[in-house]
Amino acid sequence: MQIAVASGKGGTGKTTIATSLALSLASLAKVRYFDCDVEAPNGHLFLKPEFSESTPAVIRIPQIQTEKCTACGRCVEVCEFHALAQVGKNILVFPQLCHGCGSCTWNCPENVIVEVPNPIGTLERGMALENIEFFRGLLTISEPMPTPIIRQLKKRVHPQPNTINIYDAPPGASCSVVETLRGVDFALLVTEPTPFGLHDLKQMLGILSDMNIPSGVVINRDGIGDDSLEETLREFNIPVLLRVPFDRALAENLASGRTLVDVYPEYRNALRDLYQQITEIVGGKTK
Amino acid sequence: MKLIISAQNPSLEAQVDRRFGRCMWLVLFDTETNQWEAFQNPGASQSGGAGVAAAQFIVDQKAKVVVSGDFGPNASRAFQAAKIEMRRFTDSTTTVQEAVDHFIQDKLLK
Repeated sequence: MQIAVASGKGGTGKTTIATSLALSLASLAKVRYFDCDVEAPNGHLFLKPEFSESTPAVIRIPQIQTEKCTACGRCVEVCEFHALAQVGKNILVFPQLCHGCGSCTWNCPENVIVEVPNPIGTLERGMALENIEFFRGLLTISEPMPTPIIRQLKKRVHPQPNTINIYDAPPGASCSVVETLRGVDFALLVTEPTPFGLHDLKQMLGILSDMNIPSGVVINRDGIGDDSLEETLREFNIPVLLRVPFDRALAENLASGRTLVDVYPEYRNALRDLYQQITEIVGGKTK
Repeated sequence: MKLIISAQNPSLEAQVDRRFGRCMWLVLFDTETNQWEAFQNPGASQSGGAGVAAAQFIVDQKAKVVVSGDFGPNASRAFQAAKIEMRRFTDSTTTVQEAVDHFIQDKLLK
């Protein structure tokens, strides 16, 4: 089973729910936690892994062998990311725009492009609380492109039967979120009953509809805001799987590094129920 | 000499656009003939690499000077390689025509 925890809006409680879901399920199955928020990962603050492996995350970028290049411009033409430009007889490479797709190398009629490794971050692995296997990607500061790291992080292990993979997504509704969602069985959407929470939730529902991924909602800070969230969920027929009431004491405890299930142990059962609901929605169709 | 100016609309009366890579229009002005032509900026619609896409277009137009609010690191590198001069609007530059006048009067920022 592969579950992505996403939200759209930042700060709704993705990591709060994802870490406590992992802890609640750890006694039932092998649980793997993937922190896919590679620009600002924070799952480690709660699950406290001891990292035992660190591997560079590398993309392969073009290097033009200028002495053999005929400056035909084919590589510039095929690069949809504008990572190459042609000035007279020179081809300029912009490494920070390169997605490492290999189109330029593949299309070069003279075969004068070689690919060189360009490290953009690290992939880490270790064991965390309650025997949770913890994976984290970390984008190097000043590098602009998180998606290759997320892709590589998810590829570190293949999904296995009787294993629950939990992917803690980055905020927003952009490429990095789509990369986190790719291939999952279910998206758990953590939101809050505010106009901003609802606005971004609708963006997520659009993405999930395009990707054909079933979803359910956790309403965090339940009790604040207005009814527009509930109305939208009814309209889109999205189930509410859990509610976490607004609670200042909980917020203070989370801020000190404690988890939801540590502060309120009754959420262990609530989150196991939530998982049970997910398995019923997904049916036997795990990928 | 060919100048290219980033603009919000395709005319000399149009407001300049202080964004380079994602401006809607690039107005080419030839100071020798006083003729001008407006092009849609191919960078405007890109999800990434807008500055390089716009810069490539300007390099291909064989312009000598590009005028905008500012230039990002990628576009700057392309212009430096192409030996195209980068000039920036002053605070009082509002229209494309003024940008041309300010260039001729050497008032634009370097």
